[in-house]
Amino acid sequence: MAMLAAQNLTLAYDQQVIIRELGVTIPNGKVTALVGPNGCGKSTLLRGLARLMAPRAGAVLLDGKSIARLSSKQVARQLGVLPQGPTAPEGMTVRELVSQGRYPHQSLLRQWSEEDEAAVEWALETTALADMHGRVLDTLSGGQKQRAWIAMTLAQQTPVLLLDEPTTFLDMAYQVEILSLLDELNEREGRTIVMVLHDINQASRYAHHLIAMRGGQVVAEGDPRDIIDHSLICDVFGLECHVVRDPVSGTPLCLPQSCPLRLLNKEGRDTTP
Amino acid sequence: MSAKRQDGNDVWLVVRLRGLSMRLPRRSLPVMAVLLALLATMTVLSVSQGELRIAPFEVVRAVVGLDTGNPDHALVVREFRLPRIVLAMLVGTALALSGAILQGITGNGLAEPGVLGISQGAGLAAVALLTLSPATSGNLLPAVALLGGLGAAALIYLLAWDSGSSPMRLLLVGIGVAAVASALTTYLIVLGGITEVQRALLWLTGSVYGRSWGHVRTMGLWLLVLAPCALLGARALNVLTLGEAPAKALGQRVNFARTGLILVAVALASGAVAMAGAISFVGLVAPHVARRLVGPAHEGLLPVSALFGALLVLVADLIGRTVIAPAQLPVGIVTAVIGAPYLLYLLLRGRSA
Amino acid sequence: MTGNRASARRRFGRGALLALAALVVIGLALASMSVGSMRIPFGEVLGGIFSPSGSINDLILTTVRLPRTLAGLLVGASLAVAGAIMQALTRNPLASPGILGVNAGAALAVVIAVLLLGNPPLATYALFGLVGALLAGALVYALAAAPGVGASSPLRLALAGAVLAAFLGSLTTALLLLDLNTLDQVRFWTAGSLAGRDMELLRLTAPYMLAGLLLSVPLARQLTALSLGDDVARGLGVRSGWIKLVAGLVAVLLAGGSVALAGPIGFVGLVAPHLARFIVGVDYRWIVPLSALLGAALVSLGDVGARLAAKPNEIPVGVLMALIGAPFFIYLARTRMRR
Repeated sequence: MAMLAAQNLTLAYDQQVIIRELGVTIPNGKVTALVGPNGCGKSTLLRGLARLMAPRAGAVLLDGKSIARLSSKQVARQLGVLPQGPTAPEGMTVRELVSQGRYPHQSLLRQWSEEDEAAVEWALETTALADMHGRVLDTLSGGQKQRAWIAMTLAQQTPVLLLDEPTTFLDMAYQVEILSLLDELNEREGRTIVMVLHDINQASRYAHHLIAMRGGQVVAEGDPRDIIDHSLICDVFGLECHVVRDPVSGTPLCLPQSCPLRLLNKEGRDTTP
Repeated sequence: MSAKRQDGNDVWLVVRLRGLSMRLPRRSLPVMAVLLALLATMTVLSVSQGELRIAPFEVVRAVVGLDTGNPDHALVVREFRLPRIVLAMLVGTALALSGAILQGITGNGLAEPGVLGISQGAGLAAVALLTLSPATSGNLLPAVALLGGLGAAALIYLLAWDSGSSPMRLLLVGIGVAAVASALTTYLIVLGGITEVQRALLWLTGSVYGRSWGHVRTMGLWLLVLAPCALLGARALNVLTLGEAPAKALGQRVNFARTGLILVAVALASGAVAMAGAISFVGLVAPHVARRLVGPAHEGLLPVSALFGALLVLVADLIGRTVIAPAQLPVGIVTAVIGAPYLLYLLLRGRSA
Repeated sequence: MTGNRASARRRFGRGALLALAALVVIGLALASMSVGSMRIPFGEVLGGIFSPSGSINDLILTTVRLPRTLAGLLVGASLAVAGAIMQALTRNPLASPGILGVNAGAALAVVIAVLLLGNPPLATYALFGLVGALLAGALVYALAAAPGVGASSPLRLALAGAVLAAFLGSLTTALLLLDLNTLDQVRFWTAGSLAGRDMELLRLTAPYMLAGLLLSVPLARQLTALSLGDDVARGLGVRSGWIKLVAGLVAVLLAGGSVALAGPIGFVGLVAPHLARFIVGVDYRWIVPLSALLGAALVSLGDVGARLAAKPNEIPVGVLMALIGAPFFIYLARTRMRR
């Protein structure tokens, strides 16, 4: 049975409702990507699933139980979350940041057990940061900082990982590295991974399950190979493109048509004649 | 594990005992040792100075109750000097801890107990008492000041609460409430009789002059309860400084942790202000100094801030008593005069590795 | 076309707000001129300024009320803009003109003046105050920009200023505690007041504030970029080192001139920019003028209240402003800060 699911979920900021009565199931042990245009609600959905925001209505279920009823630490032991654009305080080292990831497993009396130490070591090695463990975060490059935050989430050792745009602001090499890392974690250890991605092609290549959103609703979901086609990209992004087969991975690859004077109407549809 | 075991043990000291475990940053241990040694030395030095000069060895003898050949020693040391010196240290500790907590919660390097209106609220209450009913006994002063401080903090918290305790809102509301309290205090100072105003100004500056063992006992008990609470909050503070979303993601109950820590900070600062007046600057400077000495991890930052705060107020009191003897400068003035250059020196030297 | 229309609408809305604020300020200025120990009706006020007829009322108007009102407007606008600049430079919402150390420097200089000269006239207060303010501001800037890690960083500036202000403040308090007479003389000045501010004083201090206000207009655009962060600013073509220097100079001129004229007045410089931000958003091209108007309004309102609230005595204007402005500020902080 699926570990993480949303049931009739309504999420809103003050007066603005972003997601209305959404139902979605995150397949266990797979990599799921949330895609869609800006403002479609994909980040909001992730935050709702991660319990970073309280739902206006409906529920998020973790192992069949409503997530709102579980204690924060219980949730943190099951769900690891990497929010968007995190900033660390001045002077914090890589190791200290990664160590914070052990917080849900610690208590007043058990502040630093051997498991904690082992988990941090493993997280540092897995993200290739073992050499930089003593460096201050501010002195690292954008990609290295992002890896450090991911290492923190890894140290949490949760069966489910939720990541909000983990590859934004990273250069291509780092993007590929992070995504391959997540792919490996999924393959080797069967962790469930849910990530919001901006790049549809990355999603197509690395995800087993794609959830395409628009205007707060799910437009399509399924295996990228099955659902990514010209009409989906038009519906979701309002973009004309060619869909071909990626020669490296065999998954669908979208090649946008370039249109110099794009006049998007209110729904984001391309209205060039 | 890789062959060259480059792990955290060179940064952290871990203590494990049958399922229990705790850790401290290694860098903080020598620093704390040095600060403790300085505290001890300065205490002896401070006790030895004054109108009646007492040699350090005789100081130690007088403190422990042994006869030193001069019958005045015991009186001067135990009744006059020691209480105010010990109080100075306790007050410095409380203010430094409070400042460190508030800087951690708000993520703002300018935060200090004053931003939560405690000094202003206590100041208003104390100045009101001193200028409007000067005949009232000075014994009421600490209690009134405490109520003023706690009252202001409570008001700020209530006004800033809106299904959550956003640090930003807290700071802004704090500014507003502090401004009102300051304004009313200024008004009282402008109107009051000059001698009362002088007493009020002295209290506002902060002083440990004439403090007795009663004050020390009260402050000591206060600190005994609150300091451990503050130190226990170190891990929670570490997580809070990562930001609200990552803290929640790590399973911390952010509002609960923040509220609890703010309560501790407010209580610490209020107690200190009630006992010694609104000594400025300690709460601002101690955490910055500590951060440069031992880094931002609160397991080390909090105790080092506390010790440095104690040392700062102790040394300030010593200087205040001796530099223009026989007149005395209140400790609240000297803390800024010696603390400021030191902090500026640290700022200019830049971040230590 | 919708984008442009929306932004045009917004610009119109903000422009309307500025105009409204300006009207409020003019109204308060008129009120300020009519109020006092002798009430002069509005009609006479306008006549008295533009075609004085030598009557007693007109004399009061031109020699007492007019300079005082102008002083209030100038001080309010200057402090507010100085505060906006400081908040942009330090990227810290707790920053205020006081953080440049100018108030502390002025107060120390004034106390020294009173100690040395006994009972100097207000103009001497202003002179010493100005010198003290400018020196302190320059020192803070030098400390902030001194070579080393974090030079000219926002935190360094904020801390250097707060630290110097505390240092100078302590020296001032020490002197006040040691000499009762000085304390008695100075305490009204240290509360900040517009009482007795005449044309001579205005002529002495206004040039600094006017220069600062004029310079702040082209500065405003650069401040928005700066408040986004040094890297972003540089990417937008802002020569951030140069701008920070000019901005600091302007802030010191504004705050120094104010404290010389009216004594240390707090609260306006801290709160007016926040109020402006709540109303018009984060673009400093709007924040600077609106802050100036709000600051002028706040001080004028405070001064009117200062004259009325405890007739025939006067309450220091700083006190009244805080009492009026703080509840409003708290209300805004509650409703506008949703996070």
